Amino acid sequence: MLAFGLRRVFQSLIVLLVVGLVAFSMFRFVGDPIDNMLGQEATAADIERLRGELGLDQPFLVQYYRFLEGAVQGNFGISYRQGRPVFEIILERAPATLELAGVSALLAITIGVALGVFTAIRRNGLAANTIMVVSLIGVSLPTFLIGILLIYLFSVELDILPSFGRGDVVMIGGWSTGFLTVSGLKALILPAITLGLYQMTLIMRLVRSEMLEVLRQDYIRFARARGLSQRAIYFHHALKNTLVPVITITGLQLGSIIAFAIVTETVFQWPGIGLLFVNAIQFVDIPVMAAYLMLISVVFVAINLIVDLLYFAVDPRLSGEDAVAGNG
Amino acid sequence: MERLSRAWSSDFFWSFRQSKLAMISSTVVIVLVLGAILSPLIAPHNPYDLSTLNLMNGFTAPMEPNAFTGETFWLGTDGQGRDIFSTILYGLRISLFVGSMAVLFALVLGVSLGLIAGYVGGWVGATIMRIADVQLTFPSLLVAMLIFGIAKGVTPVDMRDQVAIWVLILAIGLSDWVQFARVVRGATMVEKNKEYVQAARLIGRSRLAIMVRHILPNVLGPVLVIATISLALAIIAEATLSYLGVGAPPTQPSLGTLIRIGQGFLFSGEWWILLFPAVTLLALALAVNLLGDWLRDALNPRLR
Repeated sequence: MLAFGLRRVFQSLIVLLVVGLVAFSMFRFVGDPIDNMLGQEATAADIERLRGELGLDQPFLVQYYRFLEGAVQGNFGISYRQGRPVFEIILERAPATLELAGVSALLAITIGVALGVFTAIRRNGLAANTIMVVSLIGVSLPTFLIGILLIYLFSVELDILPSFGRGDVVMIGGWSTGFLTVSGLKALILPAITLGLYQMTLIMRLVRSEMLEVLRQDYIRFARARGLSQRAIYFHHALKNTLVPVITITGLQLGSIIAFAIVTETVFQWPGIGLLFVNAIQFVDIPVMAAYLMLISVVFVAINLIVDLLYFAVDPRLSGEDAVAGNG
Repeated sequence: MERLSRAWSSDFFWSFRQSKLAMISSTVVIVLVLGAILSPLIAPHNPYDLSTLNLMNGFTAPMEPNAFTGETFWLGTDGQGRDIFSTILYGLRISLFVGSMAVLFALVLGVSLGLIAGYVGGWVGATIMRIADVQLTFPSLLVAMLIFGIAKGVTPVDMRDQVAIWVLILAIGLSDWVQFARVVRGATMVEKNKEYVQAARLIGRSRLAIMVRHILPNVLGPVLVIATISLALAIIAEATLSYLGVGAPPTQPSLGTLIRIGQGFLFSGEWWILLFPAVTLLALALAVNLLGDWLRDALNPRLR
């Protein structure tokens, strides 16, 4: 277990170093930062001064080292577009994305597991079949169309929920939260559903198929024979044994939620880091893109690592080799 | 003619005729592809030729004569008097072109790397598969956006709109090759121990010839299935990127761009500018997806 854990941590570090190199190369070789920051009317002296200030006159390896050193300390340079430190902008935007992603994940897991269990128990019922068909449509719809559809229904036709922004936010320390105001909570509903829907259907279908598999096992029949209540059988005996794949997929999906927040945030003009990234690409704001890449890789690599280790902890039958193979 | 009728009675077409869903979805795909290819002939006018536009026709509702000019448009017009039906046909052209070229690119890249990784193996194969693993850690949408952003940064400002379509193809293709490489590598590793490969090696055929002429034809089945499903994903990826404003340029709008534009009119009541492109995109993606599912079942009898 320890050797396996250490090897995975080591692999993760290598991935991060490679991503760092990609981010740094973008930073260094894509476009000319001086041109981007000073515009056309800069004098030669201005250019030289800024080049010295940004350290662009140093050798490549020195620059890469300084970049990594800076990144570890949260220094990702200055946004070409806003002229402010990138880290500051990201810190300011992060709470919006984290709150949205957290609520979406919570929705996806609770509703997904509940519906999965329900559709597995009432396999041939009308309600269960309806849910399955609707979920199929939900999977095929692109995220942004779901968002637009919800805006049309709830903002244009019914006019009960806002179609863009975060509503009023309250600052607690450096964290801006939308949980404490009515308009903030109302603004959260549509984006959270949009973002969580795909993961919800995925978890639901997974739980359903796993449950159907488990319910056929002998120990379930034995539990029935012992006269245990339905509730105990379904939740205590069956659901518990479906959790290994569910944890894996759910964990890996957390990363997707953060990635797809880019789309949802654009649909609803939600002021998070996803929208920041889209705008950065549109305006070729390389420092913001590089910083986003680094941050998102840390999140992804950490999630993968945790899921791998958790997988190992939940199912003791797995040897280290199997767990590595299970990690796609 | 005889060959055609023999093909028609083959297993493959037999299962095609058995499946209503496959027939319907392939009809939808064929109609949309024909519409896209023939769009300059079918479309009432070229929506991007400014001389054919009449601003007075702006915001005409579908099937209603315009208040000023009296002209009628099947699916209405946008703010500049562009016929929505024509913009959809031209948008479909861009979407299908980008989608299929991206899949083709991913297929060629993935199949070649997969063959090398599977047949040559060693550190070359290990490196290829490690890169694939790392890339698979990140959602392909994110990878595509990043490649698009970097490529955009590398191209000079005045060239950006011209090369945007090719950059988009590159970005989506590069984000999607892993699937092909993994499947081909797996299949190649099975095939390379079979007798016909040993025989080819014994008579002294080169590695390249063995890979391309002997192994490749035997691993193409699953590749075809992945290609179809990838096409649906690529079309949606293209639409998503264009919707986000990091895809097709305003001068060559795809379906995603049209939806992005249409969303702006959602609140002012011009629903047709949004609805028709969205429905077209949905029909296309769904039909290709269903066709892919059917193809997977038809080519792999074990799954039935």
